[in-house]
Amino acid sequence: MLTAFAILVDGLVFASWLFIVALGLTLIFGVMKILNVAHGSFYAFGAYVAANAIGVYYEAGLPPLGGFALMAGAALVVGVVLGTALERGLLRFMYGRDEVLTALVTFAVFLMMEDVIILVWGADPFFAYQPYGLLGVTEAGPLVLSNYDLSLIGLAFTLCAVTWWVLNRTRQGRLLIAVIHDRELAAAFGINVTRMFTLTFVIGAMLGALGGAVTAPMISVTPGIGVEVIVLAFAIVVIGGMGSIWGAVIGAVVVGVSRAAAVHLLPQVELFVIYAVMALVLAFRPEGLFSRAQARKI
Amino acid sequence: MGYGLGLVAAAAVLVGAGWVLPEWALFLAIVSLAKGLVVLGLVVLWRTGLVSFGQGLYYGLGAYTVGLLPQITGITDAVLLVATGTAIAGLVAFALGFLLSRYREIFFAMLCLAFAMILYGILVKTEALGSTDGFHVVAVTYLGYAPAIESANQVLYVFTAIVVVVLAGLVGRYLQSVTGQMTTAIRDNELRVEYLGFSVRRAVHTKFVIAGALAGAGGAIVATAIGHVDPEMVWWITSGEFVFVTILSGSGSVIAPFIGSTVFELLRSFALEYAPNFWQIIVGGSLLAVIMFLPGGLWSLVAKWRASGR
Repeated sequence: MLTAFAILVDGLVFASWLFIVALGLTLIFGVMKILNVAHGSFYAFGAYVAANAIGVYYEAGLPPLGGFALMAGAALVVGVVLGTALERGLLRFMYGRDEVLTALVTFAVFLMMEDVIILVWGADPFFAYQPYGLLGVTEAGPLVLSNYDLSLIGLAFTLCAVTWWVLNRTRQGRLLIAVIHDRELAAAFGINVTRMFTLTFVIGAMLGALGGAVTAPMISVTPGIGVEVIVLAFAIVVIGGMGSIWGAVIGAVVVGVSRAAAVHLLPQVELFVIYAVMALVLAFRPEGLFSRAQARKI
Repeated sequence: MGYGLGLVAAAAVLVGAGWVLPEWALFLAIVSLAKGLVVLGLVVLWRTGLVSFGQGLYYGLGAYTVGLLPQITGITDAVLLVATGTAIAGLVAFALGFLLSRYREIFFAMLCLAFAMILYGILVKTEALGSTDGFHVVAVTYLGYAPAIESANQVLYVFTAIVVVVLAGLVGRYLQSVTGQMTTAIRDNELRVEYLGFSVRRAVHTKFVIAGALAGAGGAIVATAIGHVDPEMVWWITSGEFVFVTILSGSGSVIAPFIGSTVFELLRSFALEYAPNFWQIIVGGSLLAVIMFLPGGLWSLVAKWRASGR
C-alpha cells in the first residue's frame, strides 16, 4: 500500500517534470514539423543561466522568494535569445526540405551548444539548491515529500491549462490551430505563417529553458545534462503522438508512473523501462496514442 | 567479370597500403574502414529515404559478441567472431524489422533510437558486463595463426580490408540489381512502387537486415581493434555520429562511406590533438556546412570532377 502510494506520488512528480520538458518539443513539432534536437540545449542553457543567477542572487542576501521569479526570468531570456537566433538564423532556410535533414540540423546545433556550454561555464558543476529547501517538506505518514517536487505537479497543470486556453480561447491560438492543420491553406487565408513559426519556436524554446530552470535546484548542473533529457522528451512525444499536447500529457503520465514503479519494484530495469514502453506503444499504435490520420500521397 | 576484377584490384590497393602506412595511421585506417561498414548500411537505408538513429544497437551487438564469445566458448578466431557478430546483429535486425518496416521518416528514426536505448539501458545496469566501464576484449587469432603484438594491427588491417571489400562488393551488387534499384523509387513514391507489384515492406525489411548486419560487422572489427567494449557504443550520440558521416559521405557509391568515414576519423584525431575543447563545434559546424552547401555529400564532389573530366 505504502509502495503503491510512493509510486503514485513519485510517478506524478516525474510525469510533471517530463511534461514540462516535453511540452515545448511537441508544440514545435506540431506546428512546424521540426524534431528539435536542440531542445536539449535550451534545457541545458535554462539550467545553467538559472543556476548562475540563483547563485549570485542568494549570495547578495536578497528576499529568498525572488529566486523563483529569477528562474522564470532565466527561461524567458534564454528562450527569446536562443529561440530567435536559431529559427531566424538557421531553421528558416530549411523549411520545405526533408524533415530528417532538419532534425539533423538541430542535432548539429545541439552538438555545438554542448561545447559552448563548457566554454562559457567550464566543466565544474553548479549548485542552486536554495529554492529547493525554501518550500519545506510535507509528511504523509512515513513518507517525507519535498514541497518543491509537489509544486512541479502544480506547474505542469498550470502550463497544460494555459496551453489549452491559448489554443482554444484566443484569436492567436485559433489561428495557430489553422496553421497546424494546413499550412498552405492558412497562408492563403492571410495568416502570417512565418511569424507564427517564429513565435511558436520562441515559445517552445522558452518552455525548454523553463524545464531546465526548474530542474536546476534539484540537481547539480553539469555538462551533458541536455543529452539525457532530449531522448526522454523524445520518448514522451513519440508515445503521445508527435505534436499532440494531450498525447504529451498521457505520455508523461505513462512514462512517469512506469519509471517510478521500476525504481521501487525492480531497479535494474529503471533505465530502459521508458524505451520499452515506447516500443510497446508504437508496436500497437504506430503513430502514437493521439495522432491524426494522414491522407496518403499518390 | 569486370566487377570481380575491380574488387580484386581494390583489395590489392587497400592491402598494399597497409605496408606503406605508419603505425598510427594503420589503426586509424582499421577504425575508418570498420565504421565505414556501418555507414554503408545507413547509405543502403538512406537510398530509400530512411534514416536510423539507432544503428548503435547493431554496432554494439557486433562489438559485444566479439567481447563475450571468447569468454563463453573459448573461440578466439577473428573470422568466426566477426561472422558471428554480423550474424547476431543481422538476426536482431531481422526480428525487429517486422515491426520497423511499417514505419517511415521520423517515426522510423525514433523507433530505431528506442530499441538502441533499451539495449543501452540493459548494458549499463548489467554489472557482469562491466556496467558503464565495459570490459576488455581478448587478442584474436586468424585461422589458427596468432600474430605477435607488434604486428597485430597489420594483420588486423589486412583482415579488415578483405572483409570490407567483400561486403562492399556484395552491397554494390545488391544496389545494382533490379530489386536494389527499385528501392530508390520507394523514396520518391511508395504507393506507385506497390502498383508495380513490388512489396515495399519486404524491400525495407531486407535493407534493414543488410544495414544491421553491416553495423554488426563494423562493431565487431572496431572492438577487436580497440580491445575494449563499453555501452557508449550503443549510446545515441554514437548513432548520431554514424548518421552524420552518412550525410558527409553522400549516397552516390559504395566507396563513398569509406571516404567519408576516413575524413571523419582524421578530423576527429586532429581535433582531439589540437583543439579538444572544440571537437563538437567542429563536428556540428561541418554537419551544418554539408547540409547547407553540399547536399550530395563528399561523393558529389567526386561525381562532379568525373563529369567535368569526360
